[in-house]
Amino acid sequence: MKAAEHRVTGIDATTLGAWLLALLWILPLLYALFAAFHPPEYATRFDLLAPITLDNFRRAWNAAPFARYFFNTFVLVTLILACQFVLCTLAAYAFVCFPFRGSEVIFMLVLIQLMIMPEALLIENYRTLSRLGLLDTTLAMGLPYLASAFGIFLFRQTFKTIPRELEEAAHLEGANALQVLLRVFVPLAKPIYVAYGLVAVSYHWNNFLWPLVVTNSVETRPITVGLQIFATVEQGIDWSLVTAATLLSVAPLLVAFLIFQRQFVQSFMRAGIR
Amino acid sequence: MKTSRNAIYGSLLLLPAAVLLWTFTYQPILVTIVDSLYSTPRGRRPARFIGLDHYETMMADPVFWKSLVNNLIYALTTIPLSIGLALAMALLVNAGIRGRALTRMAYFTPTVLPMVAVANIWMFFYTPDYGLLDQMLRPFGLGGNNWLGSSETALGALIAITVWKEAGFFMIFYLAALQQISPALIEAAQLEGAAPSQVFRRVTLPLLMPTTLFVAINAVIGAFRLVDHVFAMTKGGPDNATMLLLYYIYQVGFSFWDTGYAAALTVILLAALALIAMFQFGYADRRVHYR
Repeated sequence: MKAAEHRVTGIDATTLGAWLLALLWILPLLYALFAAFHPPEYATRFDLLAPITLDNFRRAWNAAPFARYFFNTFVLVTLILACQFVLCTLAAYAFVCFPFRGSEVIFMLVLIQLMIMPEALLIENYRTLSRLGLLDTTLAMGLPYLASAFGIFLFRQTFKTIPRELEEAAHLEGANALQVLLRVFVPLAKPIYVAYGLVAVSYHWNNFLWPLVVTNSVETRPITVGLQIFATVEQGIDWSLVTAATLLSVAPLLVAFLIFQRQFVQSFMRAGIR
Repeated sequence: MKTSRNAIYGSLLLLPAAVLLWTFTYQPILVTIVDSLYSTPRGRRPARFIGLDHYETMMADPVFWKSLVNNLIYALTTIPLSIGLALAMALLVNAGIRGRALTRMAYFTPTVLPMVAVANIWMFFYTPDYGLLDQMLRPFGLGGNNWLGSSETALGALIAITVWKEAGFFMIFYLAALQQISPALIEAAQLEGAAPSQVFRRVTLPLLMPTTLFVAINAVIGAFRLVDHVFAMTKGGPDNATMLLLYYIYQVGFSFWDTGYAAALTVILLAALALIAMFQFGYADRRVHYR
């Protein structure tokens, strides 16, 4: 998949249009940066010479338990990612290497979850977790997502492209089923694991509705829900504070994205082509 | 021998995922359908079978109809707009412009940000008088708009955010597809004397059809799934102008605690998603040109 050769020419109408659109697209973020780094009186008055301050970030950090929210999100995303990797790998391995009567039908059933996501069933899933006594726990936020149809589908497509000769060679050397999986399939699918991982991290870092429904304490609430509760209280009063808090909460993902931009974009492409 | 070994290994490997999928996808689908035929249990009064009563209530419920119509308007505007913009962005980035990495990054950045967070930033744009939009419109004598507070503009305001957030995401898929188109095809068309616009319409666009379908399906699911900005900006108001189906389900289920009626509403959402799935597998897959 070699990028097409491009002759870089002068600035023409196409380039100008592309840049204008880019500027328009990044404008909300630029505004947020402006408001967050300047004193509140400049939030609605644009002045390039306005004094720069970190005070808004300090106030936001002290106004809500953001450190705790970050920790909660981190634990949640780690839990989901680790379980998805294991569960989806095992399931994909079963579909590719141990087909049995009816496993094709089961695979079609798995694909239903691509369409009907856990959010659509939030009332019933809430009751299930309430019956299990798991409301307001990190596990409850993660459970409906641990078996991902998308992950199973993606890993299955990848495993199918791995030559069976490699699997047979490993068997001849005396490797058992688990060793074949860990030494042949998983290493060869590494780029797909990275791709899936980045997509899953950004999905669950940003997820809001389900965590909102199942959490009700500072100890479990992820950053998205925490930010929303904070902003609802402060809304329309202090834009500098709200934008500072917003930037704080997106900073880890945004910084990671800016550093690993190429990998992010390629990962989203890989996960999308399938 | 081989088959029975496969069956044992296969089912053991599938077991953990199957248990979770059963508990949080299939079982809730079935229970939701059954629950929609029962009354909501209240206090010591248990749920009793009431047949299609919830659905009759629904037919007479103006908020339900409003949310359904809003959701359709929302889907039918955000999807073509974000797909069209995504295609334009991909073509621009692919056209060998200067600063293409930076441009691509600018388009894609909204995708990695949480909807609730960007909604907070956009809130400022829409603020009456002080907001950026009003400040820009004031010199033309068009200030004083309450974009989120008036029922004519509130849904449009949410649509704008969604398009802004999703276009860059869909651009990625078009970029990937554009890079897979063989330059020989384009050159062949050019040798035949095709103008650039003809090459685009007759060669590029048909080859992008599978991508367009994939993106469109994703966009439809998104239009029914993502209501985070409704929470952050309007809570369905003013006067239900931004009520979307999933938000209404949330409200009925968790604010009014009418779980029976919420189940019936969920059945409608599931039916809509099932219709889309059937369209994808039955109709669209056959119509789209695959290489």
